[in-house]
Amino acid sequence: MSTHVSLEPPRTGNPGRSQRYRSRKGPGKVTRGNFELYSWLFMRASGVLLVFLVLGHLFIMMVTDGGVEKIGFAFVAGRWASPWWQFWDLMQLWLAMIHGTNGMRTVINDYADKDRTRAILKGLLYTAAVLTVALGTLVIFTFDPSIKG
Amino acid sequence: MASGAQGAKGTLYRGREGMWSWVAQRVTGVLLFFFLFAHVLDTALVRVSPHTYNQVIGTYKNPVVNLLEVGLVGAVMFHAFNGLRIIAVDFWSKGPKYQRQLLWVVVGLWAVLMLGFLEPMMQHTFHEWFGW
Repeated sequence: MSTHVSLEPPRTGNPGRSQRYRSRKGPGKVTRGNFELYSWLFMRASGVLLVFLVLGHLFIMMVTDGGVEKIGFAFVAGRWASPWWQFWDLMQLWLAMIHGTNGMRTVINDYADKDRTRAILKGLLYTAAVLTVALGTLVIFTFDPSIKG
Repeated sequence: MASGAQGAKGTLYRGREGMWSWVAQRVTGVLLFFFLFAHVLDTALVRVSPHTYNQVIGTYKNPVVNLLEVGLVGAVMFHAFNGLRIIAVDFWSKGPKYQRQLLWVVVGLWAVLMLGFLEPMMQHTFHEWFGW
């Protein structure tokens, strides 16, 4: 039994690709763009907001007033009659989708080694994210409580 | 590092609470992303018709799906509380020193809230299964 210990660091921040962030400041001067810093900060800021938005949402939907049993078209119509809950759900949709997409981007960067695989997976991810946010936003703004059927 | 991470062998990255909470954060995060995607789609059915929406939302009221929802709430709460722990480790000067204790605070808070919310979250299922 080997007792070899290796401490592999997490692989986010592939050094090969960081070459792209070579600064225009001058030859030999290598700096990285600030994108990953803003990404890191965004995860924390949006995370704090999402703790309140999502736990509040789950508490109302799953715990109070009979739990999930009460949810139906009439319940949604009652909630979205109020701009407060429309705004709540809009914030929740946008922040959760961007937070989740950024998290998935990190996971893809960590585990997909081939450039082509990474490009395809991220292409799929960003397409799904944009379509989902667009659809959700449209639904919140165009909701019609008197729709037939 | 000859005797670094206690008990770590092979390519296991450090191990213990720090690594496993990171793994759990990742796994719950990926699960939640896929659920969020499905949940926006099912909610979008309110634009199709009340009947279609109610029919699909009806699956959430199935007792087995109800159990999965309790799992979903568990995943959200762990991701949320452990996320706050990560923020404490990053921004609080004593965060890294107490990261292990903070994880047990996360787990404790999670367990208390899950136990407290179990009955309200599953009252319909309890009624259907056991007649409570």
